[in-house]
Amino acid sequence: MSPFLTWLERSILHTRKRVGDHLMTQLLFFYFAGVIIVTAIYVIASRNPIYSALSLLVMFFHVAGLYVLLNAEFIAAIQVIVYAGAILVLYLFVVMLLNLRQEERYHRHFALGIFLGLVIFVEIVLAFAQTKFSGTQGDFTAAKLKELGDTQAIGQTMYTTYLFPFEVASLILLVAMVGAIVLAKKGIIEK
Amino acid sequence: MVMLTDALIPLLPFAAFVIIGLFELSGRGLRDRAHWIAVPAVLGSLIFSFAAFGSVLSGGPRGLTFFTWAVSGTFQASIGIHTDALTAVMLLLVTIVSSAVQIYTIGYMHGDRGYARFFAYMSLFTFSMLMLVMANNLLQLYVFWEAVGFCSYLLIAHWYERPSAAAAASKAFIVNRVGDFGFSLGIFLIFTLVGSLDYAKVFAELPKHVGETISVAGVEIGVVTLIALLLFTGAMGKSAQFPLHVWLPDAMEGPTPISALIHAATMVTAGVFMIARLIPIFNLSPAAMGVVAAVGACTALFAATIALTQNDIKRIVAYSTVSQLGYMVMACGLGASVAGIFHLLTHGAFKALLFLCCGSVIHALSGEQDLRKMGGLKSHLPVTYWTFYIGALALAGIPPLAGFFSKDEILFRAFVSGGAGIFFWGVGVVTAFLTAFYIFRLIYTVFHGPSRVEPNAMKHLHESPAVITVPLIVLAFLSVTVGWAGLPIHGFNGIEAVLGPVLSPEEHTESSSALLVPLMLVSVVVALAGWMTARYFYLTRPELPKRLAEQVPALYRLSLNKWYVDELYDRLIVRLTVRVANGLWREVDVRMIDGAVNGVGWTALAWARMMRRIQTGQLQHYALLMALGALVMLTVYLLR
Amino acid sequence: MVPLSYYVMLSAVLFIIGVTGVLIRRNIIIILLSIELMLNATNINFVAFSHYLHAITGQVIVFFTLTVAAAEVAIGLAIIIALYRKKASLNVEEINRLKW
Repeated sequence: MSPFLTWLERSILHTRKRVGDHLMTQLLFFYFAGVIIVTAIYVIASRNPIYSALSLLVMFFHVAGLYVLLNAEFIAAIQVIVYAGAILVLYLFVVMLLNLRQEERYHRHFALGIFLGLVIFVEIVLAFAQTKFSGTQGDFTAAKLKELGDTQAIGQTMYTTYLFPFEVASLILLVAMVGAIVLAKKGIIEK
Repeated sequence: MVMLTDALIPLLPFAAFVIIGLFELSGRGLRDRAHWIAVPAVLGSLIFSFAAFGSVLSGGPRGLTFFTWAVSGTFQASIGIHTDALTAVMLLLVTIVSSAVQIYTIGYMHGDRGYARFFAYMSLFTFSMLMLVMANNLLQLYVFWEAVGFCSYLLIAHWYERPSAAAAASKAFIVNRVGDFGFSLGIFLIFTLVGSLDYAKVFAELPKHVGETISVAGVEIGVVTLIALLLFTGAMGKSAQFPLHVWLPDAMEGPTPISALIHAATMVTAGVFMIARLIPIFNLSPAAMGVVAAVGACTALFAATIALTQNDIKRIVAYSTVSQLGYMVMACGLGASVAGIFHLLTHGAFKALLFLCCGSVIHALSGEQDLRKMGGLKSHLPVTYWTFYIGALALAGIPPLAGFFSKDEILFRAFVSGGAGIFFWGVGVVTAFLTAFYIFRLIYTVFHGPSRVEPNAMKHLHESPAVITVPLIVLAFLSVTVGWAGLPIHGFNGIEAVLGPVLSPEEHTESSSALLVPLMLVSVVVALAGWMTARYFYLTRPELPKRLAEQVPALYRLSLNKWYVDELYDRLIVRLTVRVANGLWREVDVRMIDGAVNGVGWTALAWARMMRRIQTGQLQHYALLMALGALVMLTVYLLR
Repeated sequence: MVPLSYYVMLSAVLFIIGVTGVLIRRNIIIILLSIELMLNATNINFVAFSHYLHAITGQVIVFFTLTVAAAEVAIGLAIIIALYRKKASLNVEEINRLKW
């Protein structure tokens, strides 16, 4: 096993030296982006809800990959655990529980929806064309991130500056728990 | 201290009104006990009026401002009181007659459903009249002028379930309004010229505008003359001068106490009082004075001719009031306002007496007012009979009763002022003859001769109780004595001394003249002639009146039907106005205004019905709208 | 170096796809999935900015967004289950009682 891994590592490093880091990053970006978009379209266009959910799953993984590219490996891990591991599973549970038939797919106002989407997209593009993306630079440069590790960086900020929102977030989860039970349990409201 | 009692004079009756009114509103009305509040209040005013009179005689005029009512730019209006000799005598008149009438009412209106309401309104009226008399500026005068008119409306329609009473009250108010319109125009004109409405300022400033003219519909007329004429139209309305006299006879629909109080002694005299109070203005315009005298004289004669043939005893006395008011107005127009006010005072006494006596007769006969159904009541109603007789003597002008002195004073002044004055004297003399005639016609038909009373009324026939007869006696006493204030004793004329300084300060009034005694004799002879003629026609040869009426039927009908003035007004004015009002109501009020208002409501509803279709309940419609909104915002952002 | 604008453009496209999904599908589960797409788009945006502005705040926000998304999904699915019990259909067009 280990000779194989060492060979893999050496060939990747070799390729990186050959092609350069930038090209690698770009290639990976376009791959991830492409898959994300294709799977997203499949989510909204698929007839079968289970297929929609599963393509959403693929999308989540690729988004996680995008996060890794951006040096946010903690977020990537969280993305996979929470979204792919919990939320999607919930969706699949519900879809299978409710045992849906495949009915008519699109809404009456299908054309209007597509049209609106396109128009808004065009406007967003136009808005982008006019904007310069800039802002105050913080001090968490990529080097520092690599040195600290993403987890530690997030931890440092969250438990000091953003402590209160953190507590509120836990309250939100509590409320969600209670609400879900109350809403979904049979007969609890009548009592 | 003196000022305080002056202020209490009007405020006591007002307090009575408020107290009785509050009791009525609270549901636990005072009912039969209302007079315990009203009568002491007016008696208190009476006492303070005597005090005021005394202190004015010794101390001179004084004033007090209660508060500033309205300020607008340079215009300031305040409510206050001003007491001088003229005001003081008017205060005495109003409070004495008011007290007597209110005590009389206790008996007359006993058991009436609106007993407390009646006393409340009478107190309100007394308050308004007192404030009018004590006003120190034109605005306050006008406000309380309207107030007494309003109280008159309330009181005439006391038995409001009767359509005739309601109609009479409306007629009184509307005809008054016509006069008040002219009055208000006069006030406006004064304000534009002088800039203030205080008596003192107006009297001082107005003479400066004597030469100016103003153009009215293309005709140039002296500004001061115009003012005086406009003010006089107010007096015409309030004092029932021709042609605005039509409301007074119909006002007899109201209970007799208010006929006595309002339509004999107080409210109708407000017009004469106003002329006297504003005599400095009238003096500036001889033309207006001439008009005033002419209208007064015409009214006096006109009303007397109508009184000759009326069959309702109250109407006879009502037309007599109109006629005597004409005398007073004529006197003021001839520059003898002292005589006019003197006659106002004596007339207040004996006319109130006459009305209250009529009331006593009506009360005794259980509501009968037609003298064709009366007769021979002398033995049944002795006190009423004798007081009525005294009142009649006073009205006719027989010495030594009050009416003689005042009426004679007016006639003397008329003759002495020369020129047209002699013509007015002649009219006055003829009217005096007619006056004596009709009042004794009334006495002989009601109290003497065979009884034509209906059997039902005969059963309840009784002399009125003391609460009714005592005021009669008091007023009879006054009718005899008040005139002596005008007696030229040792060259000192009481009334002249009191009112002269106020009403004619520059004139050197001569009460002694070579013509005094001859003219006096003429007055007496004429009055006696009228009396004797009436006695002949109605006592000695009672069949004569009918034969005379048959010989001149046209004249008889003209007199009986009040010279058809009401019918004329109806044809010319009333019908047209009613048609216009109906038309306006239908078109403007119902179609346009109601249509507009309802239209607004209907539009809101229709719009809402349309707009609520947005709430489809469809989730994706809402999402669509949100996306649309976002699109619009983006577009706006992009286009900036 | 991939420029920041690429990431932002990607997030925009993903967002639009999500919006369109909400507008055109009848099945309520798919609508909820489209909402997840939108949320992911914003997350990508935040993380990209966090990387390019050398700030860690963006990632902290993503952390919270994830939390809220999870809560929202829980409740949303509970509601769907409750609705399904009433109507036995997941067609959004049939859920229209709150209307005029």
